[in-house]
Order: sequence, then C-alpha cells, then structure tokens
Amino acid sequence: MAKFKKKSKASTAISVASLPDIVFILLFFFMVTTVMREQDILVEQKLPQASQLQKLQKKTLISYIYLGNPKNVALYGTEPRIQANDALLNPADIVQWVNQERDLLPESERGLITISMKADKDVKMGPISDVQTELREADARRVLYAATKKID
Amino acid sequence: MASRMKKEAPEIPAGSMADIAFLLLIFFLVTTTIASDKGILNFLPPKQDPNVPPPDIKVNERNIFTILINANDQLLVEGEYGTTESLDQDVKAFILNFGAPDEEGQALYNSLPASLQSLALRDPASSDDPSEAIVSIKTNRGTSYDIYLEVFDLVKKAYFDIYAARVNLSSEEYRALSAEMPGESDLQDKGKEGIPMAISIAEPDKQGGN
Repeated sequence: MAKFKKKSKASTAISVASLPDIVFILLFFFMVTTVMREQDILVEQKLPQASQLQKLQKKTLISYIYLGNPKNVALYGTEPRIQANDALLNPADIVQWVNQERDLLPESERGLITISMKADKDVKMGPISDVQTELREADARRVLYAATKKID
Repeated sequence: MASRMKKEAPEIPAGSMADIAFLLLIFFLVTTTIASDKGILNFLPPKQDPNVPPPDIKVNERNIFTILINANDQLLVEGEYGTTESLDQDVKAFILNFGAPDEEGQALYNSLPASLQSLALRDPASSDDPSEAIVSIKTNRGTSYDIYLEVFDLVKKAYFDIYAARVNLSSEEYRALSAEMPGESDLQDKGKEGIPMAISIAEPDKQGGN
C-alpha cells in the first residue's frame, strides 16, 4: 500500500522560463503580418462566399472599390453607396477615379489594372451593374469579385 | 575605478518582460486584419461605341446555355426552373456535349481524358463543340449579388474542373497555378486549350430593381 503513496509526491510544476520567448515569437508574427488600415470603410462589408477563388499575383495592380449600405444611415441614407479611397462616390465619378488610380501605376502596367470589387452580400445587381458599366467606360475591364472561402 | 563601475552596473529586472510583450501582442492581435485579396476574376466586355450598332452575331440557340435569375432570386436554367444544386454538373455536361463537332472538335475530343469523354452525351439539342459553347447569365436589377456570385462561381467551377481534369490536377491546384512561373503557365494553357471560358454576362433588365 505504501507504494501508492510515494507516487503522489512527484512535482508537476511546468517551467515558465520560456514563456516570454513564446510570446515574443507570436508578437513578431503579428507585427509582421499586420497591415494598418489606412482608410475607414464607410459602407457595410459582409463579403459573399464562393469556392472558386483565385489569388492575384501582383498586389500593386489592385484598386479597391467598396459597395454596400452606408454604416451611417443618418448621414448617407439607406441606399447602397460606392466607396473608393476615403470617400463615397457617385457612379459618374468612377471613370475619373479609375484614371487617377491608373496614373499611379508604371506605364507598362497600366493596361493590367484590376479593380477588386468588395461588395456587400445584400447589395442588389442594380448598383453592381452600374459600377460595371462605368468600369467598362473607363476601360478597366479586369474585375475581381472579392469573396471569402466557402466552407462546405 | 573602471572596474568598480562595472561591478555596480545595475541589472534590469526581466520579470516584467513577459507582461510588456503580452501587452504588445494583444495590441497587434486586435489591430491585425489579415489581408485577403482573393476573389473571382471576371473580364468585362469592352465598352460599346454608341455610333456602331452591336455586331449581329449568329449563334445557334443550342450553343448557348442560358441562366436567368429574377428579382426573387429564382433560377431559370435553359427554360426550366432550376436550383444551384446541380448547376455545375449541368454546365459541364453542356460544354462537353460534342453534339456536332467539326474536325478540330473531334481532335479535341480525342485528346480528352476518359473521365471527361464519358460526359459527352452527343445530344443534338445541346452544344456542338466546346469552342462554340457559351454560358450566358442574365440577372435583373433586383437580383441579389449573393446569388449572382454563387451562380457565377458554379459556372467557373465547371470550367476549372474540366481544365484541371485535362492536366491531371485537382481543381484547387489548377486555380493556384501562376502565369508567371514558366512550367505552371504551360500547364495552365494546356488545360484551357480549345475550351475557352465563354461566360457572357448580360446587362440586367430594369424591372423589379432600383
């Protein structure tokens, strides 16, 4: 019987000396992956889900356009709005915006400009097609419908 | 003198290091948004010159696979009520129907792996040839973007499944191929060869939307 009593004395303290190191590794990971948001998004963003996602190789070619119902209903109303850079746009301003974005790219890559359309799930096709018509007008014909991975 | 100074060099207590690191960690955890640039790529048609009437292209009705989505998000696939459930299979069967292939189409058929050849039903009422087949998606201004993207996604899936099967990859691997890597872009081209991804997105009609 005495045999069993002896066992319970074994010490089980876990060494915490390496804890700071682990935390630092995590810290560096998050520091490196962090991208500070440089702009406030003024519209709702619940991206739809899809399975056939593709990733673009060159991030510099992408310009973002956001579509959705405004978060601030009192200020911007309830109808879906378009946001590019920091401000809400009217569909008629899109051509000008695309040209500005295109001018930021080096000359050889201007034809490859890709518009990432970050549209909210709840938006109807009406506003989407208005944007697409304007993008065709601006000759920015590569469009990426931003979506998240579907989990089946 | 110098040696005495060394002796008195104060040691910084490292006990609170972990706490400081934790604070920083939590700050970065909260502010991090893992950037996601994934999505479905679409190529819009060039803009139309209002002075030039749209070209009158004659395409046989049987070579077009029409998907209509109304403002209530209901689907009409080839004239019948449909769901998104088996849509990708239907599209695949339509593309690979080989109803009346010409010489090139026949050569293409012979080059396909057996798993794709078995899909060729040779139905005279469906597409003649993969190079002729067009999938058309038409929505309404009131259709939700969500369902539109789901349908578009399924049509793309049908094409990517075919491309991937031709080069013996999984669909996932095929989509990850990059055009910039020399070996990979060959595979990409080999998958696509002879089967263009012809997805036509019609201008939505006005009723039922804003």
